[in-house]
Amino acid sequence: MVVVTGRLTAKRPHPIAQLLWRRAALGVATLLVVATIVFLATEVLPGNAAYAILGHTASRARVIALEHQLHLNRGIFDQYWIWLTGLLSGRLGDSLANGMPVWGQVEPRLVNSAFLVLVSGAIGTVLGVGLGALAALRKDSFFDHASSVVFLGVAALPTFVVAIALIILLSTLVFHLLPAVSMISPGTYAWSQPRLMVLPVTTLVLIIVPYMQRMTRAAMVEALESDYVEMARLKGLSERRVVLVHALPNAVGPTIQVIGLVFLYLAGGIVVVETVFDFPGIGQGLVNAVADRDLPVIQIIVLILAAFYVVINILTDVIALLATPRRRIAR
Amino acid sequence: MGEMPTPLAIPLRGIAANPVGFAKAVPGSASTVLEVRGFEVRLGEHGVAIVTDVSFDVAAGEVLGLVGESGSGKTTIALGLLGHSRRGLAIAAGEVRLNGVDLLSIPARQLRNLRGARVAYVPQDPSAALNPALRIGIQLREALSSHQIEARAIEARLADILGEARLEANVLRRYPHQLSGGQQQRVALAMAFSCRPSLIVLDEPTTGLDVTTQRHVLDSVRSLCCLYDVAAVYVSHDLAVVDGLATTVAVMYAGQLIELGPTAEVFSRPGHPYTRSLLDAVPSPERAHVLQGIPGQPPPPGRRPQGCSFSTRCPWVIERCRMEAPTTQSVGNQQVRCHRASELRGSMERKMLVPTVRPVTSKASLLSVEALDAFYGDSQVLFGVDLTVDTDRCLAVVGESGSGKTTLARCIAGLHSNWKGKLRFDGQELARSARQRPSVALRRIQYIFQNPYTSLNPRHTVEQIVSQQLRQFFEIKAHERAERTRAALESVSLNERYLDLFPDELSGGERQRVAIARALVVEPEMLICDEVTSALDVSVQAVIIEMLRSLQQERHLTMIFITHNLALVRSIGQDIIVLRDGRVVDRGPSEAVLDHSDEAYTRQLMADVPRVEL
Repeated sequence: MVVVTGRLTAKRPHPIAQLLWRRAALGVATLLVVATIVFLATEVLPGNAAYAILGHTASRARVIALEHQLHLNRGIFDQYWIWLTGLLSGRLGDSLANGMPVWGQVEPRLVNSAFLVLVSGAIGTVLGVGLGALAALRKDSFFDHASSVVFLGVAALPTFVVAIALIILLSTLVFHLLPAVSMISPGTYAWSQPRLMVLPVTTLVLIIVPYMQRMTRAAMVEALESDYVEMARLKGLSERRVVLVHALPNAVGPTIQVIGLVFLYLAGGIVVVETVFDFPGIGQGLVNAVADRDLPVIQIIVLILAAFYVVINILTDVIALLATPRRRIAR
Repeated sequence: MGEMPTPLAIPLRGIAANPVGFAKAVPGSASTVLEVRGFEVRLGEHGVAIVTDVSFDVAAGEVLGLVGESGSGKTTIALGLLGHSRRGLAIAAGEVRLNGVDLLSIPARQLRNLRGARVAYVPQDPSAALNPALRIGIQLREALSSHQIEARAIEARLADILGEARLEANVLRRYPHQLSGGQQQRVALAMAFSCRPSLIVLDEPTTGLDVTTQRHVLDSVRSLCCLYDVAAVYVSHDLAVVDGLATTVAVMYAGQLIELGPTAEVFSRPGHPYTRSLLDAVPSPERAHVLQGIPGQPPPPGRRPQGCSFSTRCPWVIERCRMEAPTTQSVGNQQVRCHRASELRGSMERKMLVPTVRPVTSKASLLSVEALDAFYGDSQVLFGVDLTVDTDRCLAVVGESGSGKTTLARCIAGLHSNWKGKLRFDGQELARSARQRPSVALRRIQYIFQNPYTSLNPRHTVEQIVSQQLRQFFEIKAHERAERTRAALESVSLNERYLDLFPDELSGGERQRVAIARALVVEPEMLICDEVTSALDVSVQAVIIEMLRSLQQERHLTMIFITHNLALVRSIGQDIIVLRDGRVVDRGPSEAVLDHSDEAYTRQLMADVPRVEL
């Protein structure tokens, strides 16, 4: 690794290598700060974790014993140090709620949520980008105006309203096609029960598609009305080539940024969706952990979400840079 | 359609150097490639007319110069020659016959096959017209491959065309942003000529290039047109550019062709008052004269008068002009759309006034620059520049793009702070950047930017733009501020109506005048003008230059006038320095330097200036 960077800096660092390095370093720093903030935030929450676990009827002796076990009797810096070194060495500790190892509890939820985010994100991206490009190609047509109105309407709805509306429409009051809750049986992963995935995925897709559609349309319209597209037409290129080779690559940069933002949004959106549908993901896990004052679980889930943000940001920046030669290659 | 001009066959001027091109264009043997008849473009299918009743012919080997101010419809016609109209516009009537085929009535697929192959387009701004996401090689190859040229032939053709356009083979692997403006335009030329079209449409291809690059591009255009015996339509607002290139010139005004004829004859004996006015606006590199701008603006589409559309600005207007729209009439070899054409042709000579320059009163220098080195990051752009600007004088700074002239101006104004050396203004040393300079020093040096389309805040009214300066530098009451704002606008001939307008409601010339008023309102002693007319039409440029000169004389301003056009120096500069690659290579009083410099580079720059030869 050292050899490689040495050779790169000897000439001039490649813009992408440079960006990756800088962002990775910043990302690690960000995660450390987040870890600290999470620790402090959970620390200053009112109340006493030992009481919360044992209940208010617990005897004083039992509380003290538990405090001792959880290092709650130590100073705040000691606690922080113990927690941080544990985190870095992979010892995540046990849940306060049930005494089971934290990772064992979080891991299946993480897999379920990742699956939910990926499937919704993928479907949403394809639909959003496709519909956006289509609207741009048929700018000012009936389709363009109609889709604008519909998508703006949907975009104005909060996530939980969409979720509840879908439940009312598809599983309770109007039709009874799908289960209203998505309780994946313990021990199995989400993909083994696709029927249960339909409503949460649909909700998330409905939430992100309008946004993607608007942004893709704007990027594509800008590219299609540019001088270089006019020039491509005047060169006698086929319309297909004009759109795919000349307009599209220039719309990719801005679109990638939107896709990144949408995935970031999904990481937050799952908290609501998983709660509404009772879907066993980390969003629901987080809500439950907060209710249970299960500090180690809260901390690890928040850190996972933060890491996801950092990684997605780096990825979108790199892809956007790859798609924009003007920024990638110096004069 | 009885008065349609007959195809004009005139020996090529400018191209005459090439015997091949010449031979093919001798009278009688020229074959008509392009015939335009009754061409009309409207805003929407039945909306306001943008361009009406345009007819002309172009023969193989012939270059037609299509000239007019911005908004006259030049680009609309240029695009129409490829059967294309911009969004919102519609080709409403007429024929554009290319080798007998009417491009306006053939199916889209057939039109697409002709575009690029039989008729090619060279855009105005190649930096916007080349796709930023694709390498040059892809963009050049697709022009060939989409027109059924075999893969084997493509590479050979590419090599040929690069050589002809004087481009290195390594441009193929580059992206547009890695090329200079001149290279980009050569790529656009190479692309246009690559399929060996029979008609090529060039839409102001040298606007935005400095004179030297412009000359090289024009040379390429000329030799390529000769080599392939193509018919060319060259659109420009600059008569001087057209003069060296075009056999025939067509002058546009308010969407109509108002004069058409052999270039030599049109320029020496113009038949239309508008053509005369355009010629008077062109600065001459040879002799100083007062540039005659054309007062007023062309009427916009939809508000064109009932009579002759030029009647509102014409010095030779008579009652009939206002009542009755003139039709085209033949006068000699010229087609002129003017009631008085036969009477006026050749008799509109106006006396060229020589600008009066106040004799030098003081020889005190207001600004001195000593050993100025300037840097952008690691690269040095100015090397030991020394100069002084005397009080009350106008120093012209001349050089190609990249010579460092704008950097020099920015250093003096404190807009660029990465420099070493000494700047002294009125005896006081100037701090490196404007932020470190006292308010009074900022007020005394004012800067006018090149592009009035970006230098005015689009969300401020003209009044706010100008009076904001007063707030910045003077503590005066509101009514006095309003008064001074009005006075400053008046000094650039803008009346009170303009106070509440926003920049996008103004023409380019009006914007630049607002920018000048913004500088003048704080009573500066030094005015730095950075290519202030390069984004403007020649006719507007004349107005601005004359305005600046009289303001400089009246107000005893010291001025630094940056330009790449030596002809302008003749009209406004009293002293001159010539910059090349960041070094001063020539200096002196402008007459002496322009007329008999010993410096080869200065003489080369002089030779590069396009001029109207009469």
